[in-house]
Amino acid sequence: MRLDYPSNIKIIKVPCTGKVDVLHLLRAIQKGADGAYVVGCLEGACHYNEGNLRARERVNHVRMLLEEVGIEGDRVRMYNLSSGEGPTFAAYAKEMTENIRKLGPNPLNRADRKPKG
Amino acid sequence: MIVAKRKPFEEIKEMLKGYKKVLTVGCGTCVAVCLAGGEKEVDVLNAELDMAMKLDGNPVDLGAATLERQCDREYLEALDETVKEYDAILSMACGAGIQFLAERYPEKPVFPAVDTTFIGVNQDVGWYEERCRSCSSCVLGFTGGVCPVTMCAKGLFNGPCGGTNKGKCEVSKDQPCAWQMIYERLKKQGRLDCILKIQPSPDWQNQTPRTVIQPGYKKTEGHAEEKKG
Repeated sequence: MRLDYPSNIKIIKVPCTGKVDVLHLLRAIQKGADGAYVVGCLEGACHYNEGNLRARERVNHVRMLLEEVGIEGDRVRMYNLSSGEGPTFAAYAKEMTENIRKLGPNPLNRADRKPKG
Repeated sequence: MIVAKRKPFEEIKEMLKGYKKVLTVGCGTCVAVCLAGGEKEVDVLNAELDMAMKLDGNPVDLGAATLERQCDREYLEALDETVKEYDAILSMACGAGIQFLAERYPEKPVFPAVDTTFIGVNQDVGWYEERCRSCSSCVLGFTGGVCPVTMCAKGLFNGPCGGTNKGKCEVSKDQPCAWQMIYERLKKQGRLDCILKIQPSPDWQNQTPRTVIQPGYKKTEGHAEEKKG
């Protein structure tokens, strides 16, 4: 479709969002990513039945864990769409990028730049 | 199995204040099965601690190790060399495992990362319910498989109280009356006379830690002393 979406987004393909684990998202933030989002099938239409529902639970859990740690939970989000919705994919990509721009860089990256002691 | 729940993050972070090198030790048995303290939960906790402590400005060196069980000395042995490099140990095992760990490394502070809650069953992924209070006097055969100690709010051993209300306990509308359940079970099996049989009360005063030595495995006294040291 040759639609434009922000170039700062790196895509990691998985066979089903049910494969995405809590640790994958946590590590992304731990290693300095400003945000991470999971894009899965529309709820009720998961190709493998309920993978996307499990992903939803995990994404919500990670949001809670990040708040516990002191990082904005909104850096991790989940979006649902059908694989035929190209323009929606681009729209979500732009929305997430806007969201992260507003939140600013990952606080861990800022902390690293601070001199120790 | 033993079911535990991870402590609130703030509490764990507070416990580790002041330590520079902490080893998080998981357990591969009960706490792994109830998704509280297995290898994955160790990694998740370490990731959280790493991020939180970096944000606070005092990064901590975190190690991770998961043993088959922490309640068996043969598995703890594997940790001996690793533990030497750390100031403190954070254990995700149940209370029993944590104590064995602390006993083995008495000079290292050992902190619990989980609250050991009960002996229970698995209803669904991540959903556990208490079923046993380890009273050492199992009467499940005479109560149709419903435990009067655990399921009855008052732990009545030999029959209901007068507070049973339409199948619910007087304590709460959501708490089913255990003796109602026992009655219904025994009725189905045609064994209502079991309720009339009085069971001698269990040792309610079980305050001192109990020991079980299975017959046929008794060691000589000398050997038993050696093992403890």
